[in-house]
Amino acid sequence: MQINSGNIYDSSRRPHPLVEEIISLIKYRDLVYQFVSRSIKTRYKRSVLGVFWTMLNPLFMMIILTIVFSNVFKVGRNYPIFVLSGLVLWNFFSFATSSAMGEMIWSGALLNRIFMPKSVFAVSAIGTGLVNLLISLVPLFLISIILGGKFTYALLVLPLSIIVLALFTLGVGLFLATTAVYFADMVPVYEVVLTIWFYATPIIYPIENIPPHYAWILKLNPMYYIVRIFRLPIYEGVLPGLPDWIIALGCALVAVILGGLIFTNKSKEYAYRI
Amino acid sequence: MPTESKNTDPDEEFNNSTTIQLDDVTVVYRVPHERVSGLKEFAIQWLQRRLRYEEFLALHNVTFQVQLGEVFGVIGRNGSGKSTMLKVMARVLTPTNGRIRTRGRIAPLLELGAGFHPELTGRENVFLNMALLGYHHRETERLFQAIVDFSEISDFIDAPLRTYSTGMVARIGFAVATSVRPDILLVDEVLSVGDAPFQQKCLDRINSYRQQGTTIVIVSHSMTTIQSNCQRAVWLSHGKVMALGEVNQVVEQYSQFSGK
Repeated sequence: MQINSGNIYDSSRRPHPLVEEIISLIKYRDLVYQFVSRSIKTRYKRSVLGVFWTMLNPLFMMIILTIVFSNVFKVGRNYPIFVLSGLVLWNFFSFATSSAMGEMIWSGALLNRIFMPKSVFAVSAIGTGLVNLLISLVPLFLISIILGGKFTYALLVLPLSIIVLALFTLGVGLFLATTAVYFADMVPVYEVVLTIWFYATPIIYPIENIPPHYAWILKLNPMYYIVRIFRLPIYEGVLPGLPDWIIALGCALVAVILGGLIFTNKSKEYAYRI
Repeated sequence: MPTESKNTDPDEEFNNSTTIQLDDVTVVYRVPHERVSGLKEFAIQWLQRRLRYEEFLALHNVTFQVQLGEVFGVIGRNGSGKSTMLKVMARVLTPTNGRIRTRGRIAPLLELGAGFHPELTGRENVFLNMALLGYHHRETERLFQAIVDFSEISDFIDAPLRTYSTGMVARIGFAVATSVRPDILLVDEVLSVGDAPFQQKCLDRINSYRQQGTTIVIVSHSMTTIQSNCQRAVWLSHGKVMALGEVNQVVEQYSQFSGK
């Protein structure tokens, strides 16, 4: 008879919810991997073009936007690179935050039956989004090569930009997942918010086209800085400045810590409510 | 009610021969009076301070212990709190009040197949479900052949799960949940899946685990199942303990009460 006596669960002696969540998330890391591979596999299993859809979707958006806007915004002949780099980032953000929220609501059957760290859904949504983001970087660089974009050493900071982006997205996703447990209306509300947020972020237009006395409003938006640290190395071939990094990283850390605290503060109630 | 005093040092009570201990466990479901699903209604009601909840006591001051290697039965009518109790043991629900302690690894056999995905193959579903139980895929690889052999589906393991029959899904579910001997096995009315030979196979495995020291908690409406497997039992009614002790006595009290 072997009992792992170190494995005692005591409902009245538990660590801080955030600490407990992180510990069990590490223990259940393989579940994150399984959820990511499940959603990638099920997404492509029955489709003929499979993984190419992830690449084609932003490409079509790019072509349409280039035709419609390249003359309006006067961003020069590399507008496709400009807009595509913004779109793949935004697609990641909107997909990952929406599915962090959606997966949480639709996971009731599991959460009600088996113990697991509840943040696996949000973390897996980020993971799935990152896989799709990496796939859609392929057409981005292809277009960049075709149009003679700037390839410099600045591209080496992209992994860091993506980490900052992922942290910010995780924070927002955890916050949304918490609110969605309490209000079913959050899903349609967030769709509206996402549309407004998209146009409030310089993704399809350069901020230089905004009159200077309005531009400061756009700079209150954390996504402005996150788009910047991602796009500057790709589009302009230069390193983002230190202030951009500090603000972007600061927003990401605040988002992920606040999101984590809000999410875990209520996580004991989820099984009662979903 | 149990005989142990509540004044003794709680850590001393929870000695090595006890695997599950509930002390005054109370679970309250808060059901909103009117279904408040909209932000607008919530804001209005919150502002007017009339956001009221109906409190539903699913478990009320439940105290008992389950000893190492014991088979423990939980009986009661629908809605008496049996499933809630299993969820508290499985760490799915945290008690509103009171305390629960468990020792060792817990395997829930609650509604088999909750974690299955129809588009994935049997193989992929085995890995997914093992991950749901907290196993790393390297451990699953090691156990994979035994799981497939036990569930007798080796010919279909690479076909999508949607092509499986209900019985086949249930067999994989049982094989996955019991692939490693747990310290505590929670069984919720699921022994009635599959055909008779497979049921016997499941019972044999459970018995062999029990002999190796697994503590088993069985929730069932079948008094035969409870009496033929358990040594002790608890009878719950409206979340309260009505009787606790030797299985035949508890079942007798329950039957007398229900017979009226």
